[in-house]
Amino acid sequence: MKKNYTALSLSMALIGSVQAETVFVTLEKDNALAVVDPIAGELIKTVPIGQRPRGISISPDNKFLYIATSDDNTIKIVDATSLQEVGQLPSGEDPETFALNPAGDRLYVSNEDDSQVTVIDVANKKAIKQIQVGVEPEGITVSPDNRWIISASETTNMVHWIDSKTMSISENTLVDPRPRAVAFTADSKQLWVTSEMAGSLTVLDADTKQIVKNIKFAVQGVTADKIQPVGVVIDQQRTRAYVALGPANRVAVINAQTFEVEKYLLVGQRVWNLAFSPDQKRLYTTNGTSNDISIIDLEDQKVTKSIGVGLYPWGVAVKP
Amino acid sequence: MHKLTSQIIIGFLFIIHLVNTNTADAKAKQTVSIAYLTQEQIAPPALSNLDPVIKNKGEIGAELGITDDNTTGQFTGQKFELKKFIVPVNASVADVFNKNIKGKFQYILVNLPADQLNPLADLADAGQTLLFDVGTRDDALRNEQCRHHVLHLLPSRAMRADALAQYMMKKRWTKWFLVTGPQAEDRLFADALRRAAKRFGIKIVEEKTWEHTYDARRTAQSDVAVFTQVDDYDVLVVADEQGLFGEYLEYRTWLPRPVIGTQGLVATSWHRTHEQWGAVQIQNRFKELAGRWMEEQDYAAYLAARALGEAATRTQSNELEKIKTYLFSEQFALQGYKGNPLSFRAWDGQLRQPVLLAAPRSLVAVAPIEGFLHPKTELDTLGYDQPESTCQ
Repeated sequence: MKKNYTALSLSMALIGSVQAETVFVTLEKDNALAVVDPIAGELIKTVPIGQRPRGISISPDNKFLYIATSDDNTIKIVDATSLQEVGQLPSGEDPETFALNPAGDRLYVSNEDDSQVTVIDVANKKAIKQIQVGVEPEGITVSPDNRWIISASETTNMVHWIDSKTMSISENTLVDPRPRAVAFTADSKQLWVTSEMAGSLTVLDADTKQIVKNIKFAVQGVTADKIQPVGVVIDQQRTRAYVALGPANRVAVINAQTFEVEKYLLVGQRVWNLAFSPDQKRLYTTNGTSNDISIIDLEDQKVTKSIGVGLYPWGVAVKP
Repeated sequence: MHKLTSQIIIGFLFIIHLVNTNTADAKAKQTVSIAYLTQEQIAPPALSNLDPVIKNKGEIGAELGITDDNTTGQFTGQKFELKKFIVPVNASVADVFNKNIKGKFQYILVNLPADQLNPLADLADAGQTLLFDVGTRDDALRNEQCRHHVLHLLPSRAMRADALAQYMMKKRWTKWFLVTGPQAEDRLFADALRRAAKRFGIKIVEEKTWEHTYDARRTAQSDVAVFTQVDDYDVLVVADEQGLFGEYLEYRTWLPRPVIGTQGLVATSWHRTHEQWGAVQIQNRFKELAGRWMEEQDYAAYLAARALGEAATRTQSNELEKIKTYLFSEQFALQGYKGNPLSFRAWDGQLRQPVLLAAPRSLVAVAPIEGFLHPKTELDTLGYDQPESTCQ
């Protein structure tokens, strides 16, 4: 067993030396996980993973994938190399989105139907607490400094600041209608929140919990109600941020210092979620209704490729 | 009985728990009081006993909306209270209004038939009240008979007819056979369909009225075949709002043609087959509360309560002027589980919204259909746009 493991890490090291990375995409309607080699630009394989897979994350040590299989009412733990299921987490009903803390030992799940956030002890595979939040919690994230757990409730139009020590809400900030995704800057100082119905993005100060900036998106030739921001990511240096605009089929490129929208990049249809490559030179987008992912070269700010992956690509995670 | 009691107790404990959480926030409570007014209706005749008669359409939707408002309110220091007034069949709505609502409530959800809406609206002080109509679909109430203190949550007949027409344009079903029932409402929907046909350049090649007679020789099987022997057409469009004969048409027409309108493929604001855009969540939450599927009036009442909640939260106020101004402002964007944000048309108080086109067990399309364009919002391709409105 130990021998195998050494051989495995050796082969991984070899792959690493040619800078290969693997992109994993959950396919909501195929009940499968797509495995993509983004450098070669190829779909390597598709493996069955469970009913209606949506949210996906990779452990900090890159050994395990966590995948919410919504219709199985669980979060599956999958070996990131063999892609075999190694366990399940008690997520509560219909899990969709969740977040891992930086240490990777706590996982926080939004339970939309019950207006709750479930806290899971990953090592013991046990739910240790339920926190009551607003109606239909969706977006969830943990600050890189592990101070805050943020839950955004879609119908209450709020972000809840949950103190990671007390595991209870310490503050709430009202944001634009139907907040979807939440992401912290790497320094944990700002929280970026997308609002699907308002077509906007709100940047909050993590100390004051007040709004620093509200950005309203406008794309020429696209009516306002088609602009529905979902996924948001901010790069390590806070140079740029990227926002998926749903049925507007665009990714907005934002100067993260001045908050100006620099560009809209045309990707696939109903773009939902985003993930950086480990070196942050590329961005991967899942395009829900065109059944593909787009690869954006961030140095050239250009979409270089789209790769068909399967029905309803939803979440995306990248393994170095 | 015992189980019910324990459920009530559990529910009660939950309320106490919520209140406790609230006090942690230690904010002064601002209360928004809302009345829900309806009258019991005599169950209309029906073709079959398949669908049980639902007596509380609208009511549970309002309750769910208020619950959601209060979940937000616990974080913002606002409290929403719903008081329901259900007038018995033979009692007077006006009496109940004058005695219990007038001067006491500024926000009133009204679930009454079309002919009762304006008499009630005229009893209310237009400057001091805001009525949310969750029951009617009449175009006249949104046009020449409009009242500026009434908002309409359900899509009008014109919006529904336009939604159907857009879909039929897409399918190139441009020759209609229009079949209308004998009721006044059927004629109104037929008018809306004729208007839609004219707007989209569709030809109504044949029109007939379905008469209810008591001839024993008439059966659906023989009668519909004879009734539908007309010149060739693409689609049979039926206007039978009460559902007294429309279900007989499908599979029985002389020519094999689809049925669309009030039966077959229908235009509606809400449907049990609708699952996209987070709709599954509210379908589940509603079913858990009501023990049945959400009906159109429930959806309308839910949206009314949510619109009010959203305006109160954003303005941090319970004052009528502030709330009304916010509801008609550019900032107001209501999440209605149908993809687009919903808002009110300033010219007639109609809620802008996508219209679902549904078959009994599948959602076929959502209007506005792609390709029907509008300079401001495609949602305004449905129903009376500003230049066409006769609301003064």
